[in-house]
Amino acid sequence: MSQTADEPKTSAGISLEKWLRIYRRMQMIRLFEEQVNELYTRALMPGLAHLYVGEEAVAVGICEALRADDYITSTHRGHGHCLAKGARPDRMFAELLGREAGYCRGKGGSMHIADPATGNLGANAIVAGSAGIATGAAFSAKHKGQQQVAVCFFGEGALGQGVVYEVMNLAALWKLPVLYVCENNLYTEYTHFTETTAGDVLARGPAFGVPAESIDGQDVRAVHSVATRLVERARQGQGPAFLLCNTYRYSGHHVGDINREYYRSKQEEQEWKTRRDPIKLFSDWLLGEKLTDASTLGRIESEVRAEMQAAVDFAIAAPYPQPEEVEQDVYA
Amino acid sequence: MPEAALRELTFAQAVREALAEEMRRDSTVCILGEDVAEAGTPFKVLSGLVEEFGTVRVIDTPISEAGFTGVGVGAAMTGMRPVIDIMFGDFLTLAMDQLVNQAAKVHYMSGGKWKVPMVLRTTLGATRRSAAQHSQSLHAWLSHVPGLKVAMPSTPYDAKGLLKSAIRDENPVIFFEDKMMYRQKGHVPAEDYTIPFGVAEVKRAGTDISLVATSSMVQVALGAARLLEKIGISAEVIDPRTTWPLDEKAIVESAKKTSKAIVIDEGYSRYGVTGEISSVISEGAFFDLEAPVKRMGAMHVPIPFSPPLEDVTVPTEQAVFDAARALCGKD
Repeated sequence: MSQTADEPKTSAGISLEKWLRIYRRMQMIRLFEEQVNELYTRALMPGLAHLYVGEEAVAVGICEALRADDYITSTHRGHGHCLAKGARPDRMFAELLGREAGYCRGKGGSMHIADPATGNLGANAIVAGSAGIATGAAFSAKHKGQQQVAVCFFGEGALGQGVVYEVMNLAALWKLPVLYVCENNLYTEYTHFTETTAGDVLARGPAFGVPAESIDGQDVRAVHSVATRLVERARQGQGPAFLLCNTYRYSGHHVGDINREYYRSKQEEQEWKTRRDPIKLFSDWLLGEKLTDASTLGRIESEVRAEMQAAVDFAIAAPYPQPEEVEQDVYA
Repeated sequence: MPEAALRELTFAQAVREALAEEMRRDSTVCILGEDVAEAGTPFKVLSGLVEEFGTVRVIDTPISEAGFTGVGVGAAMTGMRPVIDIMFGDFLTLAMDQLVNQAAKVHYMSGGKWKVPMVLRTTLGATRRSAAQHSQSLHAWLSHVPGLKVAMPSTPYDAKGLLKSAIRDENPVIFFEDKMMYRQKGHVPAEDYTIPFGVAEVKRAGTDISLVATSSMVQVALGAARLLEKIGISAEVIDPRTTWPLDEKAIVESAKKTSKAIVIDEGYSRYGVTGEISSVISEGAFFDLEAPVKRMGAMHVPIPFSPPLEDVTVPTEQAVFDAARALCGKD
């Protein structure tokens, strides 16, 4: 994931190859989720899923600032984080369909994808449930002196959970290398966050001596730039930080949340999609700066689309686990 | 070895020795909790450890049970072997999500990829005049959850051996210590030894009735057995030592042999450990039983403060004696 020294640099000091990788990753998340919605609609997927469409710039911008051995924890809306940290779409789809070839051998499903190989400590279906785990990974990293960083992704709904503040206090006291990334997509399930969140979100970090910054979560370059600085700061032993990413969830709370005009208007959704779309904003910039051309971006999109189709086909054809496996892995 | 030559430690010293030996053996073992370092906990169980291992490994935390238990889960997943100290078992309620939804589930939910080799030490037991929020025995709650193991030592010897096993285990282990037992003395070898989980021990052999007892209730059962001996009843006292994994076979064998059983545990008996173990006996030894299995646990009330009230909430030697005598048809 990190940049190699001999790649030619663009104006922001980042190679074209890396910008195109960022573009590809964002498209991967977008098209992965498109397939998930399709699987749900065709009744091929057991249960539900919470789509990350609209928020791609956050996961990609941040994970592109991480090393392969850095840690992340994710949320119920976690597909984007897992893909951004390097998970394979075919094994993710297999997990979503409850197949043996899935990342968790079918035992976790959409909300629990975990993968030690990419430093993914797991998506978590308890809101704020992974705050302790991410902080504990940072505790280990500091103890072992391997300069790893842990990123804790959570939605603004988690700001209502006390454990977030407990671990921020601990991380500040012990100067742990952890980045708390709050994705404010405006809606805590079916309720606007202003109805559930008092005071200033950004003030929560400094209350513990944790520096906090707020950024446009639709601008992958801004996310990546700030994340790179805060991750390096943590890596150098200067402690935790709080990063508020202002973003928007295009879909409902989950794939079954279709009629949602009682909590937000179609007009609002349309405005975000047309004016604030993270992939469009980024591709407009790439083209405007003449770093690449439309046919290159079109080719990447086609490649990703084909990759996602192949990954879905793999998952649909993959066998289910044997019933005897139900009692495996309760204990190590 | 003649008895006079046996080395004796208190229960607290045995716990401390197990921790010190494991911390010397394995640099990833560390302790996190409230007042665990210089204070050595309010019970002084950890006194001296910070002097040997320093504040990098014996770490005072804020009063944030959920927070530091969660940190323990994440640390255990990423290469440490944390020993979390929850001062009073009553405070487990504050850390329940970390234990039940996180620690217990991580290995299974990840398809066996992540592990949580964490120990959480805490206390149980009433009659310390500490009232309703510092006296409960909540081990049944944790025993109920797949993915957790629960150890309940009843002697200094078992405390050292079980704690060393807990620290070396690849799974989250909840380790309950009876706070009334910390000063109890017993034989503890100086050398390294472990006690496997899921292996009950017969603390006293007998032929007429089985007294299945855990933790604080083992001494109560042994006292009752001595009283029973005086009226000609031979009681066997069997201690499961871990409520999960549970040595169902040994418990059933004992009940089959004696044909009568009482299960004694300081948790609430409703929906509790006594209910579970008595079912195990009823299912496994039904045709060998001469009487229904009897359960004895804490009364179903919040633990009261006033001594005459508190003392009647917990099974006593006399109560176990009376119940056993009745079950044996000698009243």
